[in-house]
Amino acid sequence: MALITCRDLALGYESHAILEHLNFSVNAGDYLCVVGENGSGKSTLMRTMLGLQKPLGGSIAFGDGMRPNEVGYLPQQSAIQKDFPATVREIVLSGCQAHVGRRAFYNQSEKALALENLSRLGMVEHQRRCYRELSGGQQQRVLLARALCATKKLLLLDEPVAGLDPKVTAEMYALIERLNREGLTVVMISHDIAAAAHYATHILHVGGDRTFFGTVDEYRRSAPGRRFIALEGGGDA
Amino acid sequence: MIQTIQQYLQFPFVRYALVVGTLIALCSSLLGVTLVLKRFSFIGDGLSHVAFGAMAIAGVLNVTNDMLFVMPVTVLCAILLLRTGKNARVKGDAAIAMISVGALAIGYLLLNLFSTSSNLSGDVCSTLFGSTSILTLTKAEVWLCAALSVIVVALFVLFYNKIFAVTFDEDFSRAVGTRVESYNLLIAVVIAVIIVLAMNLVGSLLISALIIFPALSAMRLFRSFRSVTVCSAALSVVCALLGMLISIVGGTPVGSTIVAVDIAVYFLCAALEYFKR
Repeated sequence: MALITCRDLALGYESHAILEHLNFSVNAGDYLCVVGENGSGKSTLMRTMLGLQKPLGGSIAFGDGMRPNEVGYLPQQSAIQKDFPATVREIVLSGCQAHVGRRAFYNQSEKALALENLSRLGMVEHQRRCYRELSGGQQQRVLLARALCATKKLLLLDEPVAGLDPKVTAEMYALIERLNREGLTVVMISHDIAAAAHYATHILHVGGDRTFFGTVDEYRRSAPGRRFIALEGGGDA
Repeated sequence: MIQTIQQYLQFPFVRYALVVGTLIALCSSLLGVTLVLKRFSFIGDGLSHVAFGAMAIAGVLNVTNDMLFVMPVTVLCAILLLRTGKNARVKGDAAIAMISVGALAIGYLLLNLFSTSSNLSGDVCSTLFGSTSILTLTKAEVWLCAALSVIVVALFVLFYNKIFAVTFDEDFSRAVGTRVESYNLLIAVVIAVIIVLAMNLVGSLLISALIIFPALSAMRLFRSFRSVTVCSAALSVVCALLGMLISIVGGTPVGSTIVAVDIAVYFLCAALEYFKR
């Protein structure tokens, strides 16, 4: 059984559908890249999968022992966060908020989990630093560590390399690939078709005249894939 | 000068005023950090105008204890503002402006039409800019204020981690199943309560200053959410005490003196930050 199965999904805002008849599934261990032009509904799809907005039609089913709240979400950074006075540790701990339930404070095992995820991403020596003083790549690692605190199974990443320079982008991709090899399922929104074709196992192409869902090899051979890869100059990946 | 202060401290009403002022300053600064970071500073301003309007209506209706009327109305408006602000940001902004100016105008109009007082402009002025009413508090009012302050502080401590999470990233919190709407509601209700309490101290036009200045000052100096919150509370209490003492000795208006001290401390913090670099 798949972790997430979307059947005939329609999504958008206030009865105005951006995407319709979306069918795809994510299995444990998959690395799914969602690609498409700006405004094609990639972020809306992710918000719908997270339960932040209701689908206009169709269904999203969670399976394989997966509950809707057990996802690790890496959102795009908001303006508020850019100068937020908080330490790395405080932010990563907030990833444990779902485990806390009715308790008021984090317990030892949650603090240990936060620390473990910080060291997993090589950020443990920065734990007392202020978030706004970190570089863009370090900030993304912090938010990724927070997402890891919230999930053991599934990461949803919304353009994790937006605004990062090429070197840091490559490091970020390597990091996500490592997490995927360690057993986490990854769903990532990306503009970077070359990287998507290189790292992902599956591609979901939305927008345009036709949506596509399949493995990377199938995507390279498909009509939207060929066109998009040529357009983005990513054929050499 | 110390002698003068000691002399004043012998009067119970001065002691009440200091206690209540300190408690209000503490409460208002706690949520200030969240409001500033969430870009909600104007909700405080809007609600304080609502409280003014409600106060005017209470005066016209001759309600004996106006806090019993003003408090529910302000809380209700806080909830309404939050509801409209949720769906569309721009509309929410306009809603705040509408309600706040509207309440101010209607309040003044009602006072003019129906007031029984002989000194109308004096009444209005003291409601807007704080009055000597902080010095005429009864023992019951002091206890009410103390009880509400304890509740506010307890709620804040209990929900501190959740408030931080919701302030930093609402979407993430919602995605992992935190009831963001409830916490936003809690924040709005608590702010409404604080504003009604603070009207006694600084008047409805100056409340926002009490809420945002300590937070802004603390954010200049500290880098973690916890230290910013603690520092903001400490600064707010110190500024309020200092302001009240200055106003007692110098005979200046209480509210604007406290705010003036807050502003001075803000610039001091900004200077400290500048030299630390």
